[in-house]
Amino acid sequence: MFPAECRFTKDHEWIRDDGGQHTVGITAFAAEQLGDVTYVELPEPGSRLSAGDTAASVESVKAASDVYAPAGGEVCEVNEALDGKPELVNQDPYGEGWFFKLSDVDADELEQLMDAAAYEQFVGEHSE
Amino acid sequence: MQLIFEKSRPGRRAAQFDALDVPEASLPPALCRAEPAELPEVSELDVVRHFTQLSQQNFGVDSNFYPLGSCTMKYNPKLAEAVAAYPGFSELHPHLSTCPAFRGLCQGALELVYETEQALAEIAGMRKVSLQPIAGAHGELTGALLMAAYHRDKGNAKDTMLVPDSAHGTNPASAAIAGFKVVQVASAADGTIRLDAVKEALNESVAGLMLTCPNTHGLFEPRVREIADLLHESDALLYYDGANLNAIMGHARPGDLGFDVMHFNLHKTFGTPHGMGGPGSGPVGVGERLEAFLPGPRVVCEGGRYDLETPAKSIGKVAAFFGNFLIAVRACAYIRHLGGPGLKEASENAVLNANYVFARLKGTYQPAFESGFMHECVFSAAPQAKAGVRALDIAKALLDYGLHAPTVYFPLTVRESLMIEPTETESKDTLDAFCDAMIEIAGKAESDPDSLHAAPRTMPVGRLDEVRAARQLDCSC
Amino acid sequence: MTWVPTTAAEREEMLAVIGVTTVDDLFATIPESLRPKSWNLPAPESEMAVRRAMAGLSARNAVCHTSFLGGGFYDHFIPAAVDALATRSEFYTAYTPYQPESSQGTLQAIYEYQSAVCRLTGMEFANASLYDGGTAVFEAATMSVRLTRRRRIVCHESLNPLYGRMLKTHTANLGFEFATGDDPADAACVIVQNPSFLGSVADFSALAGRCHEAGALLVVSFYPLSLGMLKTPGEMGADIAVAEGQSLGLPLGFGGPYLGVMATRKEHLRKMPGRIGAATEDAQGRRGFVLTLQAREQHIRREKAMSNICSNEALCALRALIYLCLLGKEGLREVAAQCHARAEYLKSRLSFLQVLNAGPTFNEFAVRLPRDAEQVVSALAERGFLAGLPLAAVGAGEATDLLIAVTEKRTRHELGAFAEALKEAACS
Repeated sequence: MFPAECRFTKDHEWIRDDGGQHTVGITAFAAEQLGDVTYVELPEPGSRLSAGDTAASVESVKAASDVYAPAGGEVCEVNEALDGKPELVNQDPYGEGWFFKLSDVDADELEQLMDAAAYEQFVGEHSE
Repeated sequence: MQLIFEKSRPGRRAAQFDALDVPEASLPPALCRAEPAELPEVSELDVVRHFTQLSQQNFGVDSNFYPLGSCTMKYNPKLAEAVAAYPGFSELHPHLSTCPAFRGLCQGALELVYETEQALAEIAGMRKVSLQPIAGAHGELTGALLMAAYHRDKGNAKDTMLVPDSAHGTNPASAAIAGFKVVQVASAADGTIRLDAVKEALNESVAGLMLTCPNTHGLFEPRVREIADLLHESDALLYYDGANLNAIMGHARPGDLGFDVMHFNLHKTFGTPHGMGGPGSGPVGVGERLEAFLPGPRVVCEGGRYDLETPAKSIGKVAAFFGNFLIAVRACAYIRHLGGPGLKEASENAVLNANYVFARLKGTYQPAFESGFMHECVFSAAPQAKAGVRALDIAKALLDYGLHAPTVYFPLTVRESLMIEPTETESKDTLDAFCDAMIEIAGKAESDPDSLHAAPRTMPVGRLDEVRAARQLDCSC
Repeated sequence: MTWVPTTAAEREEMLAVIGVTTVDDLFATIPESLRPKSWNLPAPESEMAVRRAMAGLSARNAVCHTSFLGGGFYDHFIPAAVDALATRSEFYTAYTPYQPESSQGTLQAIYEYQSAVCRLTGMEFANASLYDGGTAVFEAATMSVRLTRRRRIVCHESLNPLYGRMLKTHTANLGFEFATGDDPADAACVIVQNPSFLGSVADFSALAGRCHEAGALLVVSFYPLSLGMLKTPGEMGADIAVAEGQSLGLPLGFGGPYLGVMATRKEHLRKMPGRIGAATEDAQGRRGFVLTLQAREQHIRREKAMSNICSNEALCALRALIYLCLLGKEGLREVAAQCHARAEYLKSRLSFLQVLNAGPTFNEFAVRLPRDAEQVVSALAERGFLAGLPLAAVGAGEATDLLIAVTEKRTRHELGAFAEALKEAACS
């Protein structure tokens, strides 16, 4: 149900190693909980984040949610397509709906995060 | 309906002025706008018909039952409107209070401010009241600023405000603007605040706790005095959100309960209209601890003459003058008309009406809490939602009965919440019509859910696409 | 006296349905020890008695003088249709439009009001209203801090001193740093007012350029009615435009309710506080209006909201919209031109006094009197004039300085008579 190549946080972010850079987004579960996404505020490219820092925020008609950095690193790219098409977050959360990319990620920090199976169990426990 | 801008015809006019009987004057072009503002060119009848027709697309208390929980949509007496229109109030320049030379020219207005502050103080058991805050949330902010000033004055390093999870969103937002960190405190299963959660959260850094009482579940907080004592032991303060004061007038007073500071919502409790979302008025009341910090200047009375004075440690001005004065005029008339016994009776009937609605609906909708509701009752439409009919569908279906919906999806602590506040001014007949409609809707939720998904059908528009609105952002023309 | 409609028989029926015997039973959750220690309120009065008493208070306020009192709040003419329409109870007894289908009147009015404000100011987005002019300045300052992540606020000398005081009270615990002047270095914003508190008219376009070079925002507090004539905040390059909306058809009302106007540029929209209306469609393609971008607001974002504002001044915004529609494109130009012309005429009749404004003024100007301003205004009040605002009373001038405002309501005859009376009171 959740992509095996990603790691996950309890705040429903995913992070994926795309060959040196790490891509971050929110999970399909989070996107569905929010409803139709109407706006995404992205971090400044070049800014440095530590794990757990507020990195972005995502809004729907009835909710707003902060997005936290799953791991520390430098923001090397943000998904500018979300500015005009925030619906990509709902349509393709692990593909075109990505939020930002981090460089210099510490692999040890990723180890602390859940894998797909653990996240699936976590969502099962918390969705009621 | 067309926009007023779409009705514009070049050269058409409404308002006329006296002919200019002095020489024309001009300013250097660099200081002037390049083109006139493209305001509509319409006749007075165009304007009158446009806004009359717009008004007819609204539900208001005068035309429809409006049981919005936490909003206290009671009848707004015409007496209050009539007195607020007296020219001695409505045409009075506020700067007449600014300089001593003019103060003799606004003695009636200053007396009204004084009298209203005194009456509110007695109603709430507070030492002093200031009419300055312009709305409820502005009163909260003022109260939080007073709390901060108190701690600063005492050298207390307290930077945290406790807020229950059932609180109005304005509470944490106001506390944050007053510079506090916000820590949420959980409610117990019975809907009241958990004393052990307060104890757990309470430490040296806690400046105060903001409490609504009855709370937003409609329940009186039975341990409020213990909570006050607990806070006071560590020199923290207790804030009263006056949104639900309509439940307890004459039966309990925030000051006696141990609250140090509060705001009133004149537009809820004291019969002043809500005006499509404002203007309201949010006077702040304080006990002994915070008296010296009140906003200034204040109206004082010496030998029958009203003058102004600023408290020793005043936080300053939160409004340019005395807040929404014409709203206070309405509230003053309301309080005089009801008097002590009438205010008490208002609360009694508000509680009676809410409990009657609860008794009639508890077999049909799932009560959020078992008992103890005061001026409002809260149900959960979670069972209906499982069958595909959400609180939102129930709300929309009510509109087709000519009834405004209850508050839905608040408090956040109750899933699919339906929060019903009938107020004291509604008759048993109206309550019965509402309950009958709610019961019929619950039946349709089982027999014909699609009919509810299609509601409303009798309004000028059906359900509107809010996602499209937020993505396209067409906010002006 | 009461608005409770329930009869004794109905009360009994209702109590029986609830399953209790008395209304007091419903208050059983309030412990006896917490009952009121005092309830010393007056006895009820009839409607006739209340009206008598309130008429008595009203009569002890001066509203028949010929007024030259301004200082941010002005005695403008209000067409009768404003009151006739804004006092329709479908407007004033409605709540915030939480159910858009039964609130299209409110929501379309909000959209039209926002449109009128944008056209008036030359800005791109307006909100549905804030409380008043002073709190709008405060909201503009905190919005600037959010946008720039700087905490230095520069207040220009043109700003109404009341607004400056309100700004400091509201931000007392936010760690802002305040400066006066117009240096945008390291500032979140520079806040200017046009016309200035003393009535002087300026063009802040160059300052807007300097602000933007320094990464700061320009906040312009404007006098809405003056924009019938004056260069707009949009034309000057302002980032945020705010105003006290009282001049747009709101009665003076001894200080309120008034109207906080706020507008901004598109790139700053999402950090703007307050409700915003928007057009959209229903499933059948019919145009309708809703509140939008609510995820910025307190009921969703709680302590992280752009502002704590909930109740606003919607009915006052409706009045402003109706007023602007009644005046229309030509009427607004005319009323501004009349205010200016009448003020210039009075200025010409007061050539025996020193005018303190260095440059052009709109409809208000400051003069230095040969004697104490409080004495002069007292003497003139006895002759039926409110002569103006003694500036020392607001900390904006010497004891001899007087701020005089002129609106379209002042006739040539009144202006002449006032000039004569002022000469006598001040110079004899």
